[in-house]
Amino acid sequence: MATQTMNNPDTPTADHHEHHDDGSTRVFGFWVYLMSDLVIFGSLFATYAVLSGGTAGGPSGKDIFELPFVLVETFLLLFSSFTYGMGVLAMNDNRVGRVKAWLGITLLLGAGFVGMELYEFHHLIVEGFGPDRSAFLTGFFTLVGTHGLHVSFGLLWILIMLIQLSTRGLTPMTRPRIMCLSLFWHFLDIVWICVFSFVYLLGVL
Amino acid sequence: MSDSHTAPGGASHGSVRTYVTGLILSLVLTVIPFAAVMSGAFDTGTTVLIVVAMAVAQILVQLVMFMHMNTHSDEGWNLTSFIFTLTILALVVGGSLWIMHHLQLNMMIG
Repeated sequence: MATQTMNNPDTPTADHHEHHDDGSTRVFGFWVYLMSDLVIFGSLFATYAVLSGGTAGGPSGKDIFELPFVLVETFLLLFSSFTYGMGVLAMNDNRVGRVKAWLGITLLLGAGFVGMELYEFHHLIVEGFGPDRSAFLTGFFTLVGTHGLHVSFGLLWILIMLIQLSTRGLTPMTRPRIMCLSLFWHFLDIVWICVFSFVYLLGVL
Repeated sequence: MSDSHTAPGGASHGSVRTYVTGLILSLVLTVIPFAAVMSGAFDTGTTVLIVVAMAVAQILVQLVMFMHMNTHSDEGWNLTSFIFTLTILALVVGGSLWIMHHLQLNMMIG
C-alpha cells in the first residue's frame, strides 16, 4: 500500500488522500495555475499590441476581421460558459444526469466555437494571409490560436469528464475536477472578452 | 457523505439567479461595444473608451458571477493571487508597450 502511494502519489486510486479536505485546496491550486496562464496570455497580448502595426504591406485588421462572424463566436462561448454553470448547479443538487446533459451542451457550443475559428484561420491562410505574411498576422495567429488551443483542450477535458461521470458518477474524486474545469472554462471566456475587444473591435477602428 | 460537501472554491454561492444575471449582463456588455464599432456612430476616441469600459465591466461581471471570486472563499487567497497577477500583467503588458513605443520613436521605424 505504502509503495503504491509512493509510486502513484497523484493517481485517482489514492482516494484516502482526499479526506484531508473537501477538494478546495486542489481547486485553489488550479486557480493559481490559471493565474500563471493569465500571464502567458498577457505576454501574448503585449506581443500582439507591439506587432499589430507591422503589416509589411499586407492586410491590416480592418481588411480581414469580420465582426458579425466574431459576434457569433462570442455568443457561442458566452452561452457555453452559462451552460457549464448550470452543470455545476446540477452537481450541487447531485443530479448526475443533468450534469452530463449540461456538459454535453457545453461541449457542442465549444466545438462550434473551435469550428468557426478553424474556418476563419483556414480562410485567411487560403487567401495568403497566414501567420508568415506579416508580424501583425504572426501575433494574431499566435494569440488567437493559443486561446483556441486552450478551448480545444477544454473540450477534451469535458469529454473525459463525461466518461468519468458515466463510469464513476459524482464522487469526492470527480467533483473537484468538475470545479477545476468550470474555472478553466469561465477563464477562457474571460480571455476571449479581451480578444474580441482589443484584437477584433479595436482592430477594425 | 459527499452530499454534505459544499462545492469547493466558493461555488456553493452560485444560483440560477446569479448565472442568469451574469449571462444577461454579459450579453448586454457584448452587444454595446459591437454596436458602437459596427455602427460607427461615435468618433474613434469615444469608441475606444466604450470598448475598453465594456470589456472591463464584463470581465468583472464574469469573475464575480461565473467564477465566484470574492473575499471570503479560500480565505480571500483567490482574490489576493488575482490582484498579484494583475500587478505582474501591468508590468509585463504596460512595460512592453512603453519600452517598444519609445524604441520605435527613437529608431524612427515605420
